[in-house]
Amino acid sequence: MNVIETAGLGKRYGKAWALRDCTVAVPEGSLAALVGPNGAGKSTLMNMAVGLTLPTAGTATVLGGQATGSPVALDDIAFMAQDAPLYRNLSVADMLHLTRNLNRRFDESAARQRLTDLGIPLKKKAGKLSGGQQAQVALTMALARRPRLLILDEPLSALDPLARQDFMATVMTAMADDGVSVLLSSHALAELERVADYLVVLGDGELRLAGPVDDLLAEHRVLTGPTATAGLLVGEFQTVQVRRAGAQAHLLVRDAGPDGTVPAGWEAHPVGLEELVLAYLRPGDGGTSAAAQNVPRTELTEVSK
Amino acid sequence: MSVLTLPAQPVRGAEPALRPVPWRRMIWVTWRQHRGMLIGVTAVLAAVSVFLLVMGLKAHHDYTSLLNCHPQDSAACAAIKRDFNNTDWPVSNTVAILIQLMPVLLGAFAGPAVLARELETGTFRYAWTQGIGRVRWTIAKLTMIGAALAILTGAVSQLYAWFFDPAREFEEMNVLAAGVFDTRGTDFAAWTLAAFAIGAFLGMLIRRIIPAMAATLGAYLGVQLLAWLVLREDYPVAIDTTNARLFSGPSTPSSPWILKTWTAGSTDWWRYIPVSRFWPMQFIESGWLLVLAIALGAATVWLVRHRAA
Repeated sequence: MNVIETAGLGKRYGKAWALRDCTVAVPEGSLAALVGPNGAGKSTLMNMAVGLTLPTAGTATVLGGQATGSPVALDDIAFMAQDAPLYRNLSVADMLHLTRNLNRRFDESAARQRLTDLGIPLKKKAGKLSGGQQAQVALTMALARRPRLLILDEPLSALDPLARQDFMATVMTAMADDGVSVLLSSHALAELERVADYLVVLGDGELRLAGPVDDLLAEHRVLTGPTATAGLLVGEFQTVQVRRAGAQAHLLVRDAGPDGTVPAGWEAHPVGLEELVLAYLRPGDGGTSAAAQNVPRTELTEVSK
Repeated sequence: MSVLTLPAQPVRGAEPALRPVPWRRMIWVTWRQHRGMLIGVTAVLAAVSVFLLVMGLKAHHDYTSLLNCHPQDSAACAAIKRDFNNTDWPVSNTVAILIQLMPVLLGAFAGPAVLARELETGTFRYAWTQGIGRVRWTIAKLTMIGAALAILTGAVSQLYAWFFDPAREFEEMNVLAAGVFDTRGTDFAAWTLAAFAIGAFLGMLIRRIIPAMAATLGAYLGVQLLAWLVLREDYPVAIDTTNARLFSGPSTPSSPWILKTWTAGSTDWWRYIPVSRFWPMQFIESGWLLVLAIALGAATVWLVRHRAA
C-alpha cells in the first residue's frame, strides 16, 4: 500500500506553478525524506497531501486510495506544519485538551507522560516555550492521535542539534512501536541520511528524483577518469551530472552502461546520498541526460524568510 | 461468474477505538479559544444594561410625572417638562445614536478574528488538519459565536426599547422610524448577527484582521443604507388609501409612517404603514437579515473548504 500517491499533481498560484506534474508513490512503513531547497514545492506537496490545498492539476490519494482531506484521511494522518504552529495564548495542557476534543482518537495520558518526561511544563503558555519545546509539543500531539501517517513539514529547521536528535529519536520510536509511516521534509539532508529509507527530491516545483534509498544508491555510481574522454561516456551512460576538475572528470551515472563494464582508464565509486541529491538539484556543467537538461541551477541553501 | 462487491472500507487493525466527535466538543473548543472576546462583550453589554436600567427608571419616573401633571399649562408642569427636556431627553438621544453602532462594532470586533487570526498566525494548518475536519470546525464556531451575540444583543435591545420609550413618546416618534425600528423587537439581534456574518466572511476573504474590520464597517453601512433608503419602503406591509382623515390631526407616536403621496386624476393617494404592522415588518426584516447571515456563513464555509491554503 502507498501512503501517498500522486499522478500529474500540480498547484498554480496565479501564473507561477508551485508544483507541477508530480507523480510519486510513497510506500507504507517508510520514513520518506522530501528534500529540496526552499521554494521547491515541498510545503505545497505536503499541504495537498493533508487536504489543506486543493490541486490545480492531477490527483493525490493517501493511505491506499483515500481522498485527501476525507474523514478517514483526517483521522489517520497527523500533520505538523512548518514552525509548529500552536495557539500561543493557550497552555500546553489546554493545547492537549483542544486536540483531544478535535479528534476521534487521542491518547491524552500518553501525551502528558511524554511531555512530563521531556520536562515541558503543562501549565506554561505555548508561546513561552522554546522553539525546540514547541516542536516537541506539536509532535507529541500528532503522535497522541495514533496516526498511520505522520507528515512533518521542516520540523528540524528551528531546532538545535541536540533537540534534532531528541526529535528524530521520538519519530523513530513511533515508527518502530506503532508502525507509523513518516513523510518528513527538510532542506538539509545531512541529518536524514542515516534514517530515511525513501527519497523524494523536488527542485523548482518539479520532481527530480524519487525512490527507495537503497535502490537509488545501488543504481547510481560516480565514474572518475580523464576529462579528455568524458564526452564519449556522457553519450553511452545515463549521465546525471558531469563535474570537471582540471584533467579529471567525475560523472554521476544512473546505469551500468552499454556493456556493464567500466571503460578503460576510468574508476567507479559508490555515491553518497547527499552527493546524489545535490547532483539532481544541480546537474552542473556538461550534463546532457534527460534529467539534467533544461534544469536551472538551484542552490541547496537556506533562504531566510 | 459473479463478483461480490464490498464497499470500499479501509482495513483497520486492532487500534484504539475511534470515538465519535460530537458537536458539543466544539462548545469547549469555541469557548476556550474565544472566551476573552465573549467575556469582554458580555461585560460591556452588562455595563450598558446597568446604565440603561438606571437611566430608564429615571426617564420613566420623570415622564410619568409629566403625564400625570395637572393642569398641563401650570408653571409646575412646565418645570417638569423643562427638566425632562434638559436631562432625560439628551441622555436618551445620545444613547439612541450610540446604540446604532453596537451591531457593527460587535460584528467587526468578533467576526474577522474567527478565521483571519488562524490564517495570520498559521494555526489554521493545525486546526484544519484535525479529525473533526475544517468544515465542521467552521460551522460550529460561526454558529456558536453568532448565536451568543444574537442572544446577548437581543436581550439588551429589549431593555433599550423600554429605556427609550419615554423619550420616543415625548418626541412623538413612532416605532417604525429609522433608528427606532432597528433597535427593538427581533431586529437588533438580526442586525448584529448579519454584522458578525459579514465580518467572518470578509475575514476569510481578505485573510487579515485589520483590513477585514475596516471592510466590515463599510459593508455593514452599505447594507443598512440599502435597508433604510430602499428595501424598507417595499416590504409588503404598506397600504394604499385615499382616506385623507387618517393623516389629519397632530402627529402622535401611533401615527402611521407615510411612504409617499401621489395624485391620480383628481384623487389624492397615500401609501403608508400603520404602526400595527410593526411585527410583520420586524419579521420581514429580521428574516432577510437571517437569510443574509446564513448565506454569508455558507460562503465562508465554501472559502474555508476551497481556499484554505
